Amino acid sequence: MGTGLTIEDLSVAYERRLAIQNIAYTVQPGDLTAIIGPNGAGKSTLLKAIGGFLRPTQGRIMRSPEHGAVAYLPQLAEIERDFPITVSDAVLLGRWRRIGWFRAADAADREAVEAALAAVGLTAFAWRGVGTLSVGQFQRMLFARLMLQDAPLILLDEPFAAVDQRTVRDLTQIILDWQAEGRTVLAVLHDLDQVARQFPRTILLARRLIAGGPTETTLTPEHLEAAAAMADE
Amino acid sequence: MIIWDALAGPFIEFGFMRRALVGVLALALGGGPIGTLLILRRMSLMGDALSHAVLPGVALGFLVGGLSLPAMTLGGFAAGLFVALASGLIARLTPLREDASFAAFYLFSLALGVMLVSLRGSNVDLLHVLFGTILSIDDAALILIAGVATVTLLALAVLYRPLLLECFDPLFLRSLGGAGGMIHAGFLALVVLNLVAGFQALGTLMAVGLMMLPAASARFWARQVWSLAAVSIALALLAGYAGLLLSYYGALPSGPAIIVAAGVLHLISIAVGPHQSLLMRYRTRGV
Repeated sequence: MGTGLTIEDLSVAYERRLAIQNIAYTVQPGDLTAIIGPNGAGKSTLLKAIGGFLRPTQGRIMRSPEHGAVAYLPQLAEIERDFPITVSDAVLLGRWRRIGWFRAADAADREAVEAALAAVGLTAFAWRGVGTLSVGQFQRMLFARLMLQDAPLILLDEPFAAVDQRTVRDLTQIILDWQAEGRTVLAVLHDLDQVARQFPRTILLARRLIAGGPTETTLTPEHLEAAAAMADE
Repeated sequence: MIIWDALAGPFIEFGFMRRALVGVLALALGGGPIGTLLILRRMSLMGDALSHAVLPGVALGFLVGGLSLPAMTLGGFAAGLFVALASGLIARLTPLREDASFAAFYLFSLALGVMLVSLRGSNVDLLHVLFGTILSIDDAALILIAGVATVTLLALAVLYRPLLLECFDPLFLRSLGGAGGMIHAGFLALVVLNLVAGFQALGTLMAVGLMMLPAASARFWARQVWSLAAVSIALALLAGYAGLLLSYYGALPSGPAIIVAAGVLHLISIAVGPHQSLLMRYRTRGV
């Protein structure tokens, strides 16, 4: 059920500065892939281009099947964390495709929200405002929303930035479950040990693609050095 | 009975006071929710800027048609929309940020508007445009204000969820294929519409006050979007009522009196509101 991706000669520019350049890579349906690289390497740019939020300057990204849903986890900085909305309602947004602009949530929607909140350990927080959550709890809530989206392609932009160790462990388990269910997952990550332990495939970026494929052949000292050198240019 | 006479007497006795109160009610119904959303979207200053941007349009309408409601309304609406779109466009095409672009436009607009009114009108006309004349509001203006409130509430009912979502998590909305840009534009149009309605009663300088002050006060009383909007409406109405009484007994200009009343309510909210007010801060510290 996972979505496959073919990235062909992809370049994306912000205001005429190339953020990523000539990326070519193929993601098989059901792959669990980490995107790593130095700061400013274009990791988020690549993820946003895959999500369809940025238009390629050159090249293209093909999805198969073409019209499957995409579940996207933004960086925390891109979300209004003080917004006056309850945890329960924020998670319910994951059912947007069913509920949309006008429909009321029915019993099935409410049950799905409860189940997802239980799965991320936030049951007790259902009626709190999202502004009262810690960073880790907030990220748990967003994962509950991702679960409800039930998408074949899941894109995670720095899911573990500033998150406590226990939350990292719990949320990683959820990611592994998604993979077991056959979903395609791409995650921008920083912790290379975690990538080596739990992510079968890795894309190493430094504006260009330094290496990509099985994690053990990508995460080599030579590749990491090359990435660091390109970032310093 | 003396208190009753003092608080309700002017409205029972004088038709113009009743009309003013109805005008304020309509302004509160539209402006309360709009102000709440402006604050949630961190656009408070843009509301301010847009209210001034309306002025040259109103002034052009005045030049063409004198103190004519349709001419001034249409001019104000067109000018407000133009500045909203132009600021957004300039922010996209140049390195100037949207708020800086708004600020530039609004100073320019204010000066241009005052100049245009002075070309033909007297100082009285200028004061009329800047500070409004809610006490001499006519049927046509009342219908306009009530119409704007109706359109605003209906449009918000339709746009409510995507508007909130675009403000809470814009990328999420886009990942669902939602047209964030269109929704933003629609919202800006509603803001301009309410400012134009408010200008009839309170003038271009004061119109934004009845929109922003109650909405900024509401966060000390409520915690959800719908209750924030409801409290904003209630506070705006209360400010309108108190301001009208103040202007009646003190023989003061009504527009500024209403905004001063809203300001006093704002200070009270900051001091003793149930959520995160100074009083609550003092209490939770257990001093």
